Amino acid sequence: MRRTPAVFVILAVLAAFLFCLDLTVGAVGIPLRDVLTALTGGDCPPATAKIVLSIRLVKAVVALLAGAALSVSGLQMQTLFRNPLAGPYVLGISSGASLGVALVVLAGVGSSVGVAGAAWIGAGAVLLIIAAVAHRIKDIMVILILGIMFSSGVSAVVQILQYISREEALKTFVIWTMGSLGDVTASNLLVLVPSVAAGLLIAVVTIKPLNLLLFGEEYARTMGLDIRRSRSLIFLSTTLLAGTVTAFCGPIGFIGLAMPHVTRMIFNDSDHRVLIPATMLTGASVLLVCDIISKLFTLPINAITALLGIPVVVWVVLRNKSITT
Amino acid sequence: MTELRDFSIGYRENRLLERVNASLDSGCLTALIGRNGSGKSTLLRALAGINTRYTGDIIIGGRNLRKMRPQELARTVAFVNTERTRISNLRCEDVVALGRAPYTNWIGHLQDVDRDIVARSLEAVGMSAFARRSMDTMSDGECQRIMIARALAQDTPVMLLDEPTSFLDLPNRYELVALLARLAREQDKCVVFSTHELDIALRFCDSIALFDNPRLICATPAQLKASGDLERIFHVPDRSY
Repeated sequence: MRRTPAVFVILAVLAAFLFCLDLTVGAVGIPLRDVLTALTGGDCPPATAKIVLSIRLVKAVVALLAGAALSVSGLQMQTLFRNPLAGPYVLGISSGASLGVALVVLAGVGSSVGVAGAAWIGAGAVLLIIAAVAHRIKDIMVILILGIMFSSGVSAVVQILQYISREEALKTFVIWTMGSLGDVTASNLLVLVPSVAAGLLIAVVTIKPLNLLLFGEEYARTMGLDIRRSRSLIFLSTTLLAGTVTAFCGPIGFIGLAMPHVTRMIFNDSDHRVLIPATMLTGASVLLVCDIISKLFTLPINAITALLGIPVVVWVVLRNKSITT
Repeated sequence: MTELRDFSIGYRENRLLERVNASLDSGCLTALIGRNGSGKSTLLRALAGINTRYTGDIIIGGRNLRKMRPQELARTVAFVNTERTRISNLRCEDVVALGRAPYTNWIGHLQDVDRDIVARSLEAVGMSAFARRSMDTMSDGECQRIMIARALAQDTPVMLLDEPTSFLDLPNRYELVALLARLAREQDKCVVFSTHELDIALRFCDSIALFDNPRLICATPAQLKASGDLERIFHVPDRSY
């Protein structure tokens, strides 16, 4: 079937290469040989081993997973809501997760399961609200405006919470909102890795439902789809993916919105059998690139994902002239 | 054979159909005709299993529609709605292949048999040449045919279409309805579509279901022309003064 397998191989190699490159870049210059020695558990200075293993490796794993998770979640939202501008950030799903995290962090509870749980609840709640509205109102713009209003509302509430909370908790939270892959500790990974893995696995299970949903819910039903079950699975997957990543890395925008479009363009295909694995690879690659750039220039990751993602979004809007109908 | 038994649908203050008993035959093209809001779409959506807010029963091939699981339903009834469906970056043969969904495995893998049916469905609507093209560069009529091929690939005894002619120009309308009539007869399907085009319905259909709310008049075109029901229902009041 066409050039698809070749593109997959190229993308996988690219992702692996970027993953390795990400390990070699950082505030401290470490020679490539020492990085390899540290990774393989060989003989090297303990400080180097610590930097490579507990900082860079963790960060690279987080970038890989977060990129894949956000992109797949964006793809699911775009297909489910039949909306090219949908994504976890735009629809307010990340905001819902933020609100959950804010409540937990500002209250001074900081366990990783607690933060993740709060984010899941927040993300899931927003998804249910959007789904309820989308069911009644088919207009794309209404859903988008609702998502924007929801995000603004959440940031207002969060500002009030910040105002009344203790200084120490406040600092933790403000840093979190800037979005960072570096604050994840190795022990956080114990929650992050299984949650994202579960989310991605469910995403693979929902490939056929997503393909049927390309035609809209009505057609999907007449083609034998159990809508309620499929939608629940897709929501569960997106909540796990976007919620977990937001909980540990802060709200990272544009990756979820932009990468599915880039992937569709690369493969010239809308079949989710191609798109789901492909967006995992493209999403992971791009977030690794963002991480490398952010380390080289010490910039917040959010700024970079936005600068890379905005042109894609503008392109989608301009190409899709009938977006309001 | 598709039967409506003691079938009522509509809201309390506006009963669209009341205790209707009717049957639609296989191998026949049936047109649903009625004024705006008379319930053509509502009935089609009930037959498709999308709208379940009715009383009475819909029996297809001896099985009650209400009791069917989603997959059985999808193997019994195929539906083409009024939406102008255009999926970019998806080739026509992939669109038609999704019609095989009720028969394929969890990821939608096509067997040889499925591929064969997809090819034959495209051929039946005269769109074989478009198999590898993507829908976003095609005309409304061509897209409509692809969606019909997708419904054919579902391999169901009943096929329903909601106003399939509405976006088409006159020659395309005639062609499409002639195609539906041919499919109904050749593949022994029960094909039902709603339309506002009386002349097309009278000319091409084997039977017509006319909405005379809350009744449903089922007859052949010839019987209907002779009965005077059409004039009564579509009567235009004289506005000259």
